[in-house]
Amino acid sequence: MNTMPYLFAAYLAIWIILALYLYSIHSREKTLREEVRRLKQLLKNKP
Amino acid sequence: MSEKLQSRLDAVLGIILFPGMALALYMALIGAPRETSSGMGDLQRIFYFHVPAAIAGMTAFAVNFVASLMYVIRRNRWWDNVALSAAETGVMFFSMVLVTGPIWAKPAWFVWWTWSPRLTLSLVLGLLYVSYLLIRNYIEDPEKRALISAVFGVIAFADTPLVWFSIRWWRDIHPSPMLETGNLGRSMRPAFFICMIVFQILLVFILRRRFYLESLRGEMESLERQADAAR
Repeated sequence: MNTMPYLFAAYLAIWIILALYLYSIHSREKTLREEVRRLKQLLKNKP
Repeated sequence: MSEKLQSRLDAVLGIILFPGMALALYMALIGAPRETSSGMGDLQRIFYFHVPAAIAGMTAFAVNFVASLMYVIRRNRWWDNVALSAAETGVMFFSMVLVTGPIWAKPAWFVWWTWSPRLTLSLVLGLLYVSYLLIRNYIEDPEKRALISAVFGVIAFADTPLVWFSIRWWRDIHPSPMLETGNLGRSMRPAFFICMIVFQILLVFILRRRFYLESLRGEMESLERQADAAR
């Protein structure tokens, strides 16, 4: 039985899960940073 | 720790991780010798990422347990943020385990899945922490959310030692602990330990990034309250 496709699939799955999670953290962080910056600007402009 | 020192530490971890992951991959796929004793051959190489991911996941759940316990005692949001970060990171690592396990099982056992104690308890563990994350979404009051999820986190952790000891206590199709039984040959150990170290560094790196995200959320909520009060 050729087991190489299973080995390839397992390692590919690990890298995909890791990449998706890191991307999810990065995009959430970006959104929050923008929101924090917007709120700080809003409070600064308040009389 | 100052913000500058924190970002420097993250940069150092990132710099270590980049060649570290490349080395782990090289050791797992090329550096480690081909397994010959059980006839699995190259398929056994899944072991070098599967087991370190499982241990990293269980370490994250242990961090969640300690942080949840500390929240129940201290009622400090910092501990709740640590617990949430650890739970989410643990789910990420455990999803690696629950995906690579069946991929390994199919050619080795000729089934994708079997309800053996180790596999069943591992699935339950993963689902418990997915539930932990879902529960948090349904409770609006931050104090109530933190307390309920902390109690849930303390109880959920009870499954982690069961997963760890299941292959020692009960008959299972899953292989017995390879280091303890000496099934992991001496020539395979460097690759295994390198992967273990790299996954633990990866765990610390991701935990820190995820915790920073929660700190940002706290800052945003505080600014929102100030903006509401100023209206």
